[in-house]
Formats: sequence, C-alpha cells, structure tokens
Amino acid sequence: MLAYIYTLLPSIFDGLLMTLKVFFVTLILSIPLGVLVSIFRLSKIKVLAKITELYIWVMRGSPLMLQIVFIFFGLPIVGITLDRFTTVIIAFILNYAAYFGEIFRGGIESIDKGQYEAAKVLGLSPYRTFIRIILPQVFKIVLPSIGNEVITLVKDTSLVYIVGLGELLRAGKIASNRDASLVPLALVAVVYLLLTAIFTMVFNKVEKRFSYYE
Amino acid sequence: MILKVNNLNKSFGGKRVLKDISFGLKTGEILAIIGPSGAGKTTLLRCINGLEKADKGTIVIDNIYLCKDQNNKNIPAKSKEMKKIRQKVGMVFQNYNLFPHMTVMENLIEAPINVLGLSKEEALNRAYDLLKNLGMEDKKDAYPFQLSGGQKQRVAIARALCLNPKILSLDEPTSALDPELREGIASIIKKLADKDMGILIISHDMEIVKRVATRIIFMAEGRIIKEATKEDFFNSFEDGRLKSFMVS
Ligand SMILES: Nc1ncnc2c1ncn2[C@@H]1O[C@H](COP(=O)(O)OP(=O)(O)OP(=O)(O)O)[C@@H](O)[C@H]1O
Ligand SMILES: [Mg+2]
Repeated sequence: MLAYIYTLLPSIFDGLLMTLKVFFVTLILSIPLGVLVSIFRLSKIKVLAKITELYIWVMRGSPLMLQIVFIFFGLPIVGITLDRFTTVIIAFILNYAAYFGEIFRGGIESIDKGQYEAAKVLGLSPYRTFIRIILPQVFKIVLPSIGNEVITLVKDTSLVYIVGLGELLRAGKIASNRDASLVPLALVAVVYLLLTAIFTMVFNKVEKRFSYYE
Repeated sequence: MILKVNNLNKSFGGKRVLKDISFGLKTGEILAIIGPSGAGKTTLLRCINGLEKADKGTIVIDNIYLCKDQNNKNIPAKSKEMKKIRQKVGMVFQNYNLFPHMTVMENLIEAPINVLGLSKEEALNRAYDLLKNLGMEDKKDAYPFQLSGGQKQRVAIARALCLNPKILSLDEPTSALDPELREGIASIIKKLADKDMGILIISHDMEIVKRVATRIIFMAEGRIIKEATKEDFFNSFEDGRLKSFMVS
C-alpha cells in the first residue's frame, strides 16, 4: 500500500505545484485589483460605477467554469492568443477580483464618515486618506471574508483542468482511472485538506496581527 | 480678525439651518457658541471647517476667503487656498474621530509630515511637546481604544494643535466627560488662547462657558439671538429664551 502511494507521489506533486501556482498568482493579483474594483464601484463617476456593477454581476452571477471556457475559446476568436496558463489565470483573476471588490466595498462603506472628516480637516489628500486611514481599517474588517474566499479559491483551482492543465485533482483522477483505485483520490483529498488547514492557520495569524487595536 | 463670518446661510433640503449669521473672532479670544439643540451650532462650525458648503455669505479666515458670493452663487475657495485654510483651522470633533489603527503619536504626526512637510524627527518633537503640555506624554504609544474619554479628548486637541492653527474649534468638548474631567479640559482650553490663536467652542455646559469664554454667542433656530462679552451676557438674563436655556 505504502509502496503504491509512493509511486503516486511524483504526479501528485506536479499537480500540487500547478495548483499552488494558480492559487498564489490569482491571490496576489486579484486582491489589489479587488481594491480597485471597489473604488470604481463606489466612484462618483456614474458610468464607471455602473460598468463596474455590471462586471461584478457577470463575474459573480455565472459559473467560473463558463468564464474560463469563454475566455479560453473567446480570446483566440478576437485574435488574442496566449498560453493556457495565462488564459486561465486571467479568468481566475477577473472572477476573484469581482468577489474581493464586493468584500472591500462592504468594508469601505462600514468606515465611519468621521474618519474621512478628521483626515479632511487635517488637510490630508484623498489619496493619502484612503491609503493611510481608510484601507488599513478596511483590511482588518474584511479579513475574515477574505479568508473564506481563499479557502474557496484553493478548491476552485481544480477548474484549470478544463483547459488541459494538470493540477492536483486531475493528477488524482488519472491515477484513479488507470489503477481502478480510490486511493489516489483519497490522497488528493488529504492534500486539499492540508492546504486549507495551512491557509486557515495563516489567516488566523494575520487576524491576530490586526487585533492590536479595536 | 482671524475669522470673519458675514451673512452666512445654510439649508438642508429646504430647511434653513443658518440664517444670516455674522460674527468675528480675534486672536486671544475664546468665543463660546451656545443655544438649544438644533440651533445650528454644529452646522456653523462645520461650515467654518469646510465640511459643509454654505449657500450664501462669506467666511474669511486670516484674510483668505473660504467662501464668498459671486453672481448669485456661493463660491468655495480654490484647492490651493483651501489647503492653506486647512492649516489655519483646527477641529476637535465631538466624538474625537481619532484614527483607531494608529498610536497616539502616529495620530499626531501624520498631518505635520504629510501636510506641513516636517521631517519625522521634527514632527515627533512637536507632538511630544504638545503631549507633555497636556500631561499625556506617557500615553504616546497607546492606541485610542486604550484611552479614557478625557485622554482621547486631549489627543484630539493635540492632533489639531500639531498644525499650529490660528483657530481651534471644539464641538462640545466636555459633553462626553465626567464632571471631574471637565475642569481639566477647561483649564487646557483657557491656556491655549493666546496672541497667536483664537478659540471657538460649542458647549451646553454653562460652568465651562462661564470659566473659559471671553465672549458668548447665543443661537436659536439658526439665528444669533445675542452676542456679548461674557460679563454682559451673564448680567442680562431678561431674555426669557436665554433664561430657559440656562436653566435646562
Ligand atoms: N447633514 C444634515 N442633513 C440634514 N439636516 C441636518 C444635517 N445636519 C444638521 N441638520 C439639521 O440642522 C439643524 C441644526 O443642526 P445642528 O447639528 O447644527 O444643531 P446643534 O445646534 O449643533 O444641535 P445640538 O446642540 O443638538 O448638537 C437640525 O435641525 C438638524 O436636524
Ligand atoms: Mg451640535
């Protein structure tokens, strides 16, 4: 048994690498983009706010799987050809930025307007006010919601199989079909659980970091 | 005059909240604005701090127009002037509005560094001196949630003073404080008015007003009903409205 599991490890490990790559690239790029989305969504420029609202609706209102398919097959039609990984990552980032955008919007709206007024009478610029006064407080507020999205993202990474990229779940499925065994899938499940456990722990740490004030 | 307000008018959705308000403030003066709830006191202070746009009238701060009438419109200061005005007027909010994620010191140095362009060193020194004057230097690394109401009040005052304003405005500085703490804030306020600064203070607390004010404006329903030196004011109780306000 152990010997069998041992033979599975290389392919599982390759799959894990792809999963992590999708995970981190999406996370690192979609969070700042999400902040931007929330700013656009709250913009006083009506057109911008409306377009952003539409974008958020499309991204949250349709399955990520469909979005991946549309971008993967749609981009070449309009003459843009990118490699598979880039294509799929674009879909992930667009999708997650919409979710993060709504989370940040909620956070920004929950900040007391007295904070803006205090910054204003001190003469701080709107940019400075946002970066130094508002955003740090928003991060603390939205951290638990971001944590939930991160766990969802770990599991969503399996969707990259649609464009033929070999990630964790796919590696497990191939082995499972080949050997007519559930063991590879069980192994994959364990890896997912470990991943989510680790990220949950990391988030708890970060939340602690932010608990220096009330 | 560091502050001149002339014929100031302000409505909220058709409701006239300030009606032809005119008054002035000199350095060294402590002008108390009193009056019943809803009189428009806070709105007036907010207009002077550029947090609320007037509909009509002029506000001049240290010879710079914060707003004026032109072609039947009220024109606010351009952003360059506004920047100067912001440095000249300090505001202490009723609920302090300290930045909760920053220490006391960080609350104090943010604007001097970013607005006045002081070096961090200079800003720290200035903030420390102010805190020391207010007896708060041992709290410099505390976060706002760790402070009592009176201590937060002092930090809010120190934060406003860090920009060396010409006018310090305070909205009900003692309303949230225990009686024992009010005395402390009163003596601080009294010490602050000097040749370089005038103070505007809204208060319901007649003890405080009696103690600190040099001049008093009584407002009701958006109008200034009476303006007088403190002595004259307290000597003339014949106005029934004044009396009823004092008693309440
Ligand atoms: N943003 C606003 N929108 C609409 N109405 C407002 C607004 N701010 C104040 N008002 C109204 O303006 C009037 C004056 O309010 P203001 O807060 O200036 O009174 P105040 O004299 O400070 O009263 P208090 O002593 O209770 O603090 C009130 O009737 C209030 O309801
Ligand atoms: Mg008020």
